[in-house]
Amino acid sequence: MINRRNFLKIVSFGGGIALASKITFELTSQENNNEHKIEGLKAKRWAMAIDVQKCDRTPDCKECVVACHNYHNVPNFDNPKDEIKWIWKDKFHNAFITQENIYLPSGMNHQTVLLLCNHCDKPPCTNVCPTQATWKREDGIVMMDWHRCIGCRYCIAACPYGSRSFNWKDPRPYIKNLNPDFPTRTRGVVEKCTFCAERLARGQMPACVVACPSKALFFGDLSDPGSEIRQVLSERFSIRRKPELSTSPEVYYLV
Amino acid sequence: MKLYDGWKIILGLIVFFAFFSLPVWINLSSAQSRVKPQLEYPKDSKQCVENKDYMNHYHMNLLNFWRDSVVRMNYRYVVRNGVVLTHNGKPLEMSLTLACLKCHNNKQKFCDQCHNYLDVKPYCWDCHIEPKGGLK
Repeated sequence: MINRRNFLKIVSFGGGIALASKITFELTSQENNNEHKIEGLKAKRWAMAIDVQKCDRTPDCKECVVACHNYHNVPNFDNPKDEIKWIWKDKFHNAFITQENIYLPSGMNHQTVLLLCNHCDKPPCTNVCPTQATWKREDGIVMMDWHRCIGCRYCIAACPYGSRSFNWKDPRPYIKNLNPDFPTRTRGVVEKCTFCAERLARGQMPACVVACPSKALFFGDLSDPGSEIRQVLSERFSIRRKPELSTSPEVYYLV
Repeated sequence: MKLYDGWKIILGLIVFFAFFSLPVWINLSSAQSRVKPQLEYPKDSKQCVENKDYMNHYHMNLLNFWRDSVVRMNYRYVVRNGVVLTHNGKPLEMSLTLACLKCHNNKQKFCDQCHNYLDVKPYCWDCHIEPKGGLK
């Protein structure tokens, strides 16, 4: 006759063995999976910080713009009405049009500011897209699927930052140096910055961040308190474009 | 039973069918119809991501699946049984230009052969850039 004590002993021993074998199995199978480990960059919330002071020291520098536009096959149309831009420069008073302080430090209104898609936390562009060609990824990137874009341009109307451009003409003839590893777009498709989602997946930082000669761009995970971007944001005062619209833009300007 | 104006009717029918089937005769007599797709396979690599039969019939489904996986779900690499496939020691990306075209690097002698024969016009090439200069 088995008593209660012995029964518990046997059951717990058997259970322990089963659990141990399960754990070892999982570990070994995981090891197999990691045979070719993919070093993609991952984050809970990608964000960018731009040091306006550093950037303004070289107002004619366009390294980041050139790097981005070359990498992503962004066409260069002669007519400014047709202009396609992923990242571009403008004056402070144009970029921060709703900031209400009249008496700013001298020259600030005419400082050069770098502009790009803000990858908002609550992006108005994704809400209006009828084909879900643009949406917010879990890591915060406002992504585009150019296969699905039907060119209705609601997103352009919805974006308060002018971050989206429309291909009124076939862009192919207007791209000087084709990057064969990245697609072009066609006529009738909207395009914008994607925070270099394809580069992040390969473990590379965005093209503009890498290209900046004065290291004025910071890119990282906003949810990670130890990240570089959180460091600079905690050290310096930053502003965002049109915060009153509560789109919660995720490009911060260190002023 | 008598067929009134029989020779006229029969002659009319012959002329009608001759005209009606004219495209067939033209096709049969011209050289074009005898051109069968002739695919040039890559010489230096022997294995594709799927077997030849599957790729013949379903490569478009595979490409659509790759497209949605990469763009919409951010899964970037070809995985079989939990292991990432490699090509020349590098992990294989789910990409037309970065995977398929690295081996099949001549569109005219591969893709176009069947697409032209069957008169299908896939719009991949409107955006994705075909490898230049043919076979390297």
